[in-house]
Amino acid sequence: MNIAVQDGALARQATRLSVVDCDIHPQMRSPAELHPFLSDRWRQHLATYSNFPRQALSETLAYPRMTPDVARRDAWPPNGAPPGADLDFMREQHLDLNGVEIGILIALRGAGTQRNIEYGGALARAVNEWQAAHWLDREPRLRGSILINPEDPFAAAQEIERCARDKRFVQVLLPPRANEPLGRKRYWPLFEAAARNGLPIGMHVGGVSGYPCTNGSGHSSYYMEEHYSQVPAMQAVATSMVVEGLFEAFPTLKVVLIEGSFAWLPALKWRLDKHWSRLRDEVPHVKRPPSEYLREHFWFTTQPIEEPDNPEDLNKIMSWIGYDRIMFSTDYPHWDFDDPRYVFKAKIDEQHRRMIFRENARALYGLE
Amino acid sequence: MSRHVVATVGEIAPGANKLVTVKGREIGIYNIKGEFFALANKCPHEGAALCKGRMVGLAQSDAPGQYRLERQGELLKCPWHGWEFDVRTGQSWCDPENTYVRQYAVSVEAGDDLLKGPYVLETFKVAVEQSYIIVEM
Repeated sequence: MNIAVQDGALARQATRLSVVDCDIHPQMRSPAELHPFLSDRWRQHLATYSNFPRQALSETLAYPRMTPDVARRDAWPPNGAPPGADLDFMREQHLDLNGVEIGILIALRGAGTQRNIEYGGALARAVNEWQAAHWLDREPRLRGSILINPEDPFAAAQEIERCARDKRFVQVLLPPRANEPLGRKRYWPLFEAAARNGLPIGMHVGGVSGYPCTNGSGHSSYYMEEHYSQVPAMQAVATSMVVEGLFEAFPTLKVVLIEGSFAWLPALKWRLDKHWSRLRDEVPHVKRPPSEYLREHFWFTTQPIEEPDNPEDLNKIMSWIGYDRIMFSTDYPHWDFDDPRYVFKAKIDEQHRRMIFRENARALYGLE
Repeated sequence: MSRHVVATVGEIAPGANKLVTVKGREIGIYNIKGEFFALANKCPHEGAALCKGRMVGLAQSDAPGQYRLERQGELLKCPWHGWEFDVRTGQSWCDPENTYVRQYAVSVEAGDDLLKGPYVLETFKVAVEQSYIIVEM
């Protein structure tokens, strides 16, 4: 028989999961939203000189993304704000719907890529104050990340000290692509401040190094190449930190690699250990096999999740890395968002699911 | 299996879609150049609402440097990760055997045919002069 139906969508059922999301991107309605948090001096600078990052493009990324604002096409709030800029819509579309018990904000505002070092520091501080006022004060499920400009490590250390007093900030945020490999000594003051305050370093993919993403070759042709190049960028920064002796200097320092995926880690460990067994005398300050530093000091977020042909291979890789080092993340509202209900194609046993979705992040960040 | 009146023909413009709920399931009704197709509104990859995606063409290449765009407006690109689905088959372009969207049979029927016989039309006003899109499910 013929049955007429009602128009429209059913409300999608909220998941019964309770997850910690380690990567949520808050956005501004417009750059002017930051102005109240900048001093007169820097507002005037911005009006006169604008942003001046280490690349030719001032207000966009080096490679065009396949979607506007790098966002899910359904992430534009009905009120016309950019994706990630409207807290009510974020609650409805993500925090409530996906059972996000705690979400960690990753504010990507390019503080570390400014050629004007002082302005980069001022920008970082403004973003941190904006995070507190616009997000943390209004939504108790959210936590902040202390944005710093690593190119001025002393100012960065001061900003870490200032923000660390606010316990809603749970890590220090910097991009893996800096002026120099981040393990080098000139950056150590910021790592020292992070370690002293018991704050992990969160490194979210990106940053503009000023060099082609191919690490030594020329500029690549496609976004697809640039997207992949986030992986060697993460490998390079993790390797730099290990071989410079950063973890000998700061044995309590913890590092989270965010959005850099993780399946590459076992191969990097094997290769570095092989090199170390032959070349150890070049780096005598690296007292143990590199794999041990990588196992002890690094955590990894899941998105964009690896999707091996045989889904079960993912379990094997995670067991090599350690299930205690893998933490769920969505990247909301960006286009390669992972949904907690469907992210794993392999069957993961209940204990490991709990660790990945909730307990590892709670333990690392001391979340309550 | 029952037949559900989901829209009038004039309601969905070519290239557009309408989201309806039938038997508790969300279904997108798509108009491609006057033909109608019904697809489950859930991406088989990670569950995104497919009706929020864009209709695109199929970019093809026989060799590097040679490009052409075929079947303009016939592929649905998922609003999240960009998987391309052939609306005519429900299959994804990159993994047609394993990653596909459920399709439902669609027909177009005249209003006066619907008014004949023992049909139940609870909330949908049917007018003789209109044509209607019917989904079987």
